[in-house]
Amino acid sequence: MSNAIHKKINPEPIAMFSRSDLLENSGVCVLVEDVQVAVFYLPNETPEVYALGNHDPIGKANVLSRGIVGDINGELVVASPLYKQHFSLVTGRCLEEADVQVPVYQVRLEGETVVVSL
Amino acid sequence: MKAKRIVVVGNGMVGHYYVDQLAKQNAGHEITVIGAEPRPAYDRVHLSEVFSGKNPEDLALTTREYYKEIGVSAHFGDAVAKIDRANKEVVTDLGRRFAYDKLVLATGSYPFVPPVPGSDQPGCLTYRTIDDLGAIRAHAKDGKVGVVVGGGLLGLECANALKNLGLETHVVEFAPGLMGVQLDGGGSVMLRQMIEELNVQVHTSKSTQKIVKGNDRKLRMEFADGSALETDMIVFSAGIRPYDQLAKAADITVGERGGIVIDYHCRTSDSDIFAIGECALFGGRIYGLVAPGYRMADAALSQLTDKPIPFQGADMSTKLKLLGIDVGSIGDSHGKALHNGQPPASFLYSNDRERVYKKIVVSADGKKLLGAVLVGDCSDYDTLLQLFLNDMELPANPEAIILPADKGSSPLLAGMSLPMTATICSCLNVTKGAIVAAIEGGCCSVADVKSLTKASTGCGGCAALLKSTVNEELAARGAEINNNVCEHFAYSRQELFHLIKVGSLKTFDDVLHKHGKGRGCDVCKPAVASILASLFNDYVLKKEHASLQDTNDTFLANMQKDGTYSIVPRIPGGEITAEKLIVIGEVAKKYQLYTKITGGQRIDLFGARVNQLPEIWSELVAAGFETGHAYGKALRTVKSCVGSTWCRYGVQDSVSMAILIENRYKGVRSPHKLKSAVSGCTRECAEAQSKDFGVIATENGWNLYVCGNGGMKPRHADLFATDLDDATLIKYIDRFLMFYIRTADRLQRTSVWMNNLEGGLDYLREVIIDDKLGIADELEAQMALLLDTYQCEWKTTIEDPEKLKRFRQFVNSMDEDPHVVFVQERGQPRPAKESERDALTAV
Ligand code: SRM
Ligand SMILES: Cc1cc2nc3c(=O)[nH]c(=O)nc-3n(C[C@H](O)[C@H](O)[C@H](O)COP(=O)(O)OP(=O)(O)OC[C@H]3O[C@@H](n4cnc5c(N)ncnc54)[C@H](O)[C@@H]3O)c2cc1C
Ligand code: SF4
Ligand code: FES
Repeated sequence: MSNAIHKKINPEPIAMFSRSDLLENSGVCVLVEDVQVAVFYLPNETPEVYALGNHDPIGKANVLSRGIVGDINGELVVASPLYKQHFSLVTGRCLEEADVQVPVYQVRLEGETVVVSL
Repeated sequence: MKAKRIVVVGNGMVGHYYVDQLAKQNAGHEITVIGAEPRPAYDRVHLSEVFSGKNPEDLALTTREYYKEIGVSAHFGDAVAKIDRANKEVVTDLGRRFAYDKLVLATGSYPFVPPVPGSDQPGCLTYRTIDDLGAIRAHAKDGKVGVVVGGGLLGLECANALKNLGLETHVVEFAPGLMGVQLDGGGSVMLRQMIEELNVQVHTSKSTQKIVKGNDRKLRMEFADGSALETDMIVFSAGIRPYDQLAKAADITVGERGGIVIDYHCRTSDSDIFAIGECALFGGRIYGLVAPGYRMADAALSQLTDKPIPFQGADMSTKLKLLGIDVGSIGDSHGKALHNGQPPASFLYSNDRERVYKKIVVSADGKKLLGAVLVGDCSDYDTLLQLFLNDMELPANPEAIILPADKGSSPLLAGMSLPMTATICSCLNVTKGAIVAAIEGGCCSVADVKSLTKASTGCGGCAALLKSTVNEELAARGAEINNNVCEHFAYSRQELFHLIKVGSLKTFDDVLHKHGKGRGCDVCKPAVASILASLFNDYVLKKEHASLQDTNDTFLANMQKDGTYSIVPRIPGGEITAEKLIVIGEVAKKYQLYTKITGGQRIDLFGARVNQLPEIWSELVAAGFETGHAYGKALRTVKSCVGSTWCRYGVQDSVSMAILIENRYKGVRSPHKLKSAVSGCTRECAEAQSKDFGVIATENGWNLYVCGNGGMKPRHADLFATDLDDATLIKYIDRFLMFYIRTADRLQRTSVWMNNLEGGLDYLREVIIDDKLGIADELEAQMALLLDTYQCEWKTTIEDPEKLKRFRQFVNSMDEDPHVVFVQERGQPRPAKESERDALTAV
C-alpha cells in the first residue's frame, strides 16, 4: 500500500517516505526502527513538518498522529484524540499537565522526501 | 517497600471517596473494598429525598461497573467480621479473606437506640440506610401516626419524611429544645414554633420509660412525667454511635464513649490501619458530617504519597432546610467559648411576625465573627461562613450584616472580596483560587466549572456561592466572552452559524480568515465542520474538511481506549433480517471483533484496527449496510417498539414510522447527537419520552415529544403536539431539528437547549407551529437540502483510494501496532489491561 522506502543509515536510525504520504493539517504515523513517530504536516507554517512520539502517555495508546492540530495561544499543538490534552508540536510538552511530555524527533523535507530520525 | 494492597472496610460516602481518589492516583495499588450494605455507596445526605419523589437509584455515588472500570475489586453485602492483624488479613462474614498492606476502616456509624424496654418490637425503626427507607415506607402504609425520637438535625429530617408519607407526625426530644447542638435557645424556640405551625407536634423534655402495645394505635410510649403517646411507628434518631467493634476486637484503641482513635494522619494505634469518616474519633470528637470525612480521607490518602497532609479537625457549620425551614449554624453558635481570653459579644435580630431569627457571635473587639445562628432565613449564611472560615475582618458595625436590607444592612459580600484561599465548596474542598484557575483555563459557565472542579457536587449547599463567584469572575473578564466557541473565534456557535450562512463560507480556512484568528484548534475545527455540514452537507472527508474532524469522524468509527475502533452499522428502527444478522456475525468472526447489542437497538463491533476499517466496511456495505454515525454529532438511532404489527396493544405501526424517521434524518449533522424513538401506544416500550424527539402513537395519529434526554442528566421530553398525521409530524420534526441546529450551542443537547430557551416550550410552539418568526419555509428548505445530499460516508470512502490512505497504521510499514493486544473473556476478545499486556508481550 505504501510507496515509501524504509532504510537504515548508521549511526542514527531514520525513516524516509514521500511527501504525498503526508496529510495536510493533520498527522500520520511512521515506524523508525520499532519506534512509532507521529509526523504532522502544516503546509502554511515554517517549518512545515513536526514529529512527536505517537504514544499518548495519558491515554496510554499509540494515537497522537490521529489528533486534531491547531494552536493554543499561538503554540502549535496536537490534541490527543482520547482525552483531548494538548501536546506542543515543538517541545512535546503537555499543556494541561506540566510533568507530562512526549519525545520530539527530527524531521525535515528534502524535496519530495520526508526524513525522520530518532 | 511501598504499600501495594489496600483494603477498605465500608463502602459508605467516605469509603467510596477514598477508593475513588486512590484509584485516580493510578499509583499501582491493588484496591479492595468491602461493604456490608447490598449496594455500592450512595448519597446518604440526600436520603430523605426518596420520600419526595427521588428513586433510591438516583442517590448512587458509584456503580459496580465503575469500580470494575477503575480496577477496584468491590464486594457488597458481606461485612468484615474480623481483623487478623498478625497475618494482616481481614475475614468476612462469608469467610472470605483479604490480605492487606494497609487497611482503611470507613465503617461509619449507626443510629443509637436508647435501651428503653420495648424498643425492639416491630414498628421501632431507624433511619440511616436505603433499606431503612423501605421499612419506614412499609410501616407508614398501614399506619396513621408516626413518632421520631430525637429532635436533632437527623430527627427533624426524618420528621419531614414521615410528614411526606402522610402521617400525623410527632417529635419527642429528651432535651428542653430542638437542635440543641447547633442552635442557641432563641433559635431553637423560633424553630419549634415554625415546626408546630406545620402541624408537626413537638414534645420536649420527655424521657421515654417504656414502649408497650397501644390501645388505639399499635404502640404506646410511656414517659417519665406520666404522660403517654400512641403511635403506629417510632423512628429512633437519638444520635449516632460509631461502628468500632471491629477495631475494638482487634485491640485497636477506641475512645471511652466509642470511636476509633486516630492521629493527624488518620492512623489508628496500629500504624498500618487507618480510620476515616464517622467511625473515627479525632481530638475526642466524632465528626458527623460528610465534609470532614472527606478531609480525613484526603489525609489518609496522602500517607501513601511522599506529600503527607495532616487532618486538623474540621468546621462543623451547617445549613439545612428542615421541613422547608431554613436553618443555619456556624462556629460557636452558643457564644460560650472565650476568645483571646475574653467573652464574646452577640448581636441578635429576631422578627416574630416574619419568623426570622438571626444571631451573630463576634469577638470582644468586634473584629472577628465567631459563630452564628440563622432560623427562617439563611440568605446571609454564605457571607457569614466565609467571614468565619477566612478569619476576615468584620465591618465597623457588624450587626448590619444581619439586618434586613431596608434597615441599612451592607450589601451582601460576594465571591469577589474573598481571598483566593477561601473554601467555596467544603464537601469537595474547592477554593476560590481553583475556581478562578478553572475560568482562566477556559470554563465559561457554572456548569463547566462544576464539572471541572467538582465544586457543588456534594451536599449542594455551596451552589449559590459558587454561582456568584463564577459569574463575578466571568463578568470581570467581560461577560460576553461567555459563550465564545474558543480563543480563535469571538462568537457563539449560533453567531458563527449565522456568519457562515450569510457569507456562504464553504471551508474552515475561509471562516477563520474572515471571522477568526490564529490557526484553530480541536474545539473550533469540529464545531465549524459541523456547521458546514449542517449547511452544505459535503462529504466529511473531503480534503478541506478532513483535518477538522475529531478522530471519530475522521475514521468514521469510535476510538476505543486502546486506539482501536468500533463499528456500528445502521439498523433503522432496530429491525434487521436474519441474513443481515448473519453477515454481522460472519464479519465479527472473520475479524475477531467483540460484539455487543447496544443500548440503542443495534449491534456494535469492537476492536478493529485502523487499517482493518475499510476492509470490514467494504464487506458490510456490500451486504447493504450503511454507516450508523455512532461517531458523529448526528442522528444516532430511532428506537422502536414492535407496535401494531404484532403487539396486541399497538394502535399504529411504530416500526415503519421509526424506520421512516431514521432513514430521513440519518447523516444530518447537528450541535450534538440526536436520538429518537417511536412507541406504538402509551405503554411507551420504546422510551420515546427520553429522546431528543420522541413519537408516541395515539388512536388518532401521533403525539410528538421534544427535548428529552437520558444520559448524565435525564430530562423527560415535553409534549409538543398531539394527534398529528404522518405529514404534519414530519413537517414539525423537520422544523424543530433545523431550528435546534441553527440556534443551539456547541455540544448542547436539545434538553439543555430547551432549558436555556427564552420563552421555553410555548415559544418553541410559536416558532414551529404558528411560524411566528416567519422562518418555517426556510427551515424546511434547509432540511430538504440536507436530505437530498445524504450519502453513506463509508460507501463514498471505500470507493476512493486517495481517502483510504488515511487508514494506514504506518505510512512506511505494513506492521500492526504491537501495543494493541487482546485477551479472551467470555469467549470474545477484549483489550488487555496494562499488566496483562506487559506479561503477554514480554515473551
Ligand atoms: C455503545 C453504547 C453502549 C452500549 O454498549 O450499549 C454507547 C457507547 C458510548 N456512548 Fe452512549 N452509548 C450507547 C447508548 C447510550 C444511551 C441509550 C440510548 O441511546 O437509548 C444513552 C442515554 C440516552 C441519551 O443519550 O439521552 C447514552 C448516553 C451517552 C452520553 C450522555 C449524553 C447526555 O446527553 O448526557 C454520552 C457522552 C456524550 O455524548 O457526551 C455517551 C457517549 C458514548 C461514547 C461515545 C463514549 C465515548 O466517547 O467513547 C461511547 C462510544 C460508543 C462506541 O465506541 O461505539 N453516551 N448512550 C450505546 C450505543 C447506542 C447506539 O446504538 O448508538
Ligand atoms: C438522613 C441523614 C441525613 C444527613 N444529612 C447530612 C447533611 O446534610 N450534611 C452532612 O454533612 N452529613 C449529613 N449526614 C451524615 C453523613 O451521611 C455522614 O457523615 C456520612 O455518610 C459518613 O460517611 P461514612 O462513610 O463515614 O459512613 P457511612 O456513610 O455510614 O458508611 C459506612 C458504611 O460502612 C458499612 N460497614 C459498617 N461496618 C462494616 C463492616 N464490618 N464491614 C463492611 N462494611 C461495614 C456500613 O454498612 C456503611 O455502608 C446525614 C446522615 C443521614 C443518615
Ligand atoms: S409501546 Fe405499546 S405497542 Fe409498543 S410494544 Fe409496548 S405495549 Fe406494544
Ligand atoms: S459544600 Fe457541599 S457540595 Fe459544595
